[in-house]
Amino acid sequence: MTSITADTVGNVQSRRGSLRRNRRWALVTSYFFLILFAIFFLTPPFYQLVTATKSSAEISRQTSNPWLPSFHPTLENLDTLWNHTDFPIYLKNSAIVTVAVVVITMLIAVPAAFSLGRMRFWGSGILATGVFLTYLVPDSLLFIPLFKIVGGLGLLNSYWALVLVYPTLTVPFCTWIMIGYFQSIPKELDEAALIDGANHLQMLFKIFIPVALPGLIAATIFAFTVCWAEFVYPMAFIYSSNQLVLTAGTITTLVKGDVYQWGMIMTAALLAAAPPLVVYAFLMDYYIAGLTAGATKG
Amino acid sequence: MAQVSLHRVVKKFDQTEAVRGIDLDIVDQEFVVLVGPSGCGKSTTLRMIAGLEETTSGEIMIGGTVVNDLPPKDRDIAMVFQNYALYPHMTVFENMSFGLRLKKFPKAEIKTRVERAAGILDITELLDRRPRQLSGGQRQRVAMGRAIVRDPKVFLFDEPLSNLDAKLRVQMRTEIKKVHQQVRTTTVYVTHDQVEAMTLADRVVVMNGGRIEQLGTPHELYHAPKTRFVAGFIGSPAMNFVRCRLVDSGAAFSIKLGDELTLPVPAERSAAYRAYADRELLLGLRPEHITEARNYGAGAEFTMPIDVVEPLGMETMVYFTIDGTEVCARVSPEAALAPGERMRFMADMRHMHLIDPETDRVIEVPAAARVGATASVTAA
Repeated sequence: MTSITADTVGNVQSRRGSLRRNRRWALVTSYFFLILFAIFFLTPPFYQLVTATKSSAEISRQTSNPWLPSFHPTLENLDTLWNHTDFPIYLKNSAIVTVAVVVITMLIAVPAAFSLGRMRFWGSGILATGVFLTYLVPDSLLFIPLFKIVGGLGLLNSYWALVLVYPTLTVPFCTWIMIGYFQSIPKELDEAALIDGANHLQMLFKIFIPVALPGLIAATIFAFTVCWAEFVYPMAFIYSSNQLVLTAGTITTLVKGDVYQWGMIMTAALLAAAPPLVVYAFLMDYYIAGLTAGATKG
Repeated sequence: MAQVSLHRVVKKFDQTEAVRGIDLDIVDQEFVVLVGPSGCGKSTTLRMIAGLEETTSGEIMIGGTVVNDLPPKDRDIAMVFQNYALYPHMTVFENMSFGLRLKKFPKAEIKTRVERAAGILDITELLDRRPRQLSGGQRQRVAMGRAIVRDPKVFLFDEPLSNLDAKLRVQMRTEIKKVHQQVRTTTVYVTHDQVEAMTLADRVVVMNGGRIEQLGTPHELYHAPKTRFVAGFIGSPAMNFVRCRLVDSGAAFSIKLGDELTLPVPAERSAAYRAYADRELLLGLRPEHITEARNYGAGAEFTMPIDVVEPLGMETMVYFTIDGTEVCARVSPEAALAPGERMRFMADMRHMHLIDPETDRVIEVPAAARVGATASVTAA
């Protein structure tokens, strides 16, 4: 009897030990790949930073290692970029366009998602699929016909053309994300609101938007990123430097023929990457997952 | 406070008929429970009363007004859902007051009402918490609070206790009954649990296949089921059904079960059963009416070998086989013998039911010939 007990205890212990070993291996593997990915993704920004702090002379000198930081770090690229180019205007234009588009996107996508995802009506399923299909057409195919439309509206060479055109990229995808989030909200919640006397607009603003806030933030981040990084449309529609945005503006100003002003290009790229970083950091604080916990039995 | 009437209410989903013409009158302050197996149309019926589901045809009236075309908010009803459906981003106070705030009630009035409801449900300390900080039972109370605060004409409950564990379910059942005794609002309650139905209801509506099988007080349903379905659905463990033949043995009737067993039919029932003499029928007898042979009380005694014994503490379930059908008897623990042994049983034939297998209806017997059925007359 006792021997059996001792044997069982030993078994349990060895099993527990193997569990611990298992977990340790899982952790080691995770760390290995995480570090690998971190190196992979942090290399370009590191290279940017290194190059941005070097003078043009140092960059073009073949003797120094381009991967190593400068022995004589300089802010001369930043100074030239900020004070002697149109970079600040591009930054301002990008900000205006992005904020406007994000607002427009949310104003369209959220109600669209609510009606498509929640108010069952004839054809809502087909419409929802249709919305998503428009997202699958790449912008490099669309910019030629859109050029005609933008030109017809007299918006060529104005950043308002971008405010008009960007939502064609952001709205479908944001609507799709929000449909998913709204559909994850239990049906009983709208029924309870309906019985409590809420109309559909109140249901959207008092129940759906607060409950689906994480989704709303995800959609906002997506729209922001798309607008901030879009390259083809500004390149195609805008040529005056007072109307250009960051992406196209940096390239057209700092690449002169076959002369690449690497120091300033890298500085511009670093500065352009800063606002998205700030926005992510700020919004992530509000990205409280699992907000729906407790609504229903979960 | 109001009565609720359903008149020939039908609900079709595409081609399937979920509810097939229901007539139901619920009087003011009454607690009515719709009970039945899943898919019987009970929830659909409730949702039609709430206005969450449109009626295909028929008429629904609340407080004398036809509400078919009214949206839920204008029907003056409150509903408690199976999964609580609390707003996760609001505190308990905000959850309970949401409806009143939408209706622009004055702040002081809202506060009084919420506090009164919280007092009734004993959740005053929880008013500042959010739903995710509450236990299942507390969430269910908040959901009920949200209904009480509105002071509606009708309360609708859609399986409110199904998500709770067994112990809490019993506790909340009592709680709901208590609340109804205090608030006295007309209540329609849907459940698949016949024990809940029996304990809570003034009247129970047993539904099956989109139709009402029987409507009556818990007492009536238990003692005088009208169909085989109701007889089998109400009561736990379920009623035994055994094939039998009604034999006219001169002075009185008796029923023959297989080749081995003959049980006498009480003389009061002869008139009612005469038309069915010599027919193949189904005997329905509840486990509690088959006991160990006692030297008191009336009953027909017989001996059977035991198949299985299930002790439950207070009583013991004993299973044996008659004519290939398993039969359950409810005996006192001391009297139970071991499997394989022959045990002497006693069947209280005053509680017997005979079912016509062609119609699946219980053959009607005058109230005077039934035991326990007299109480139901006054209760109705």
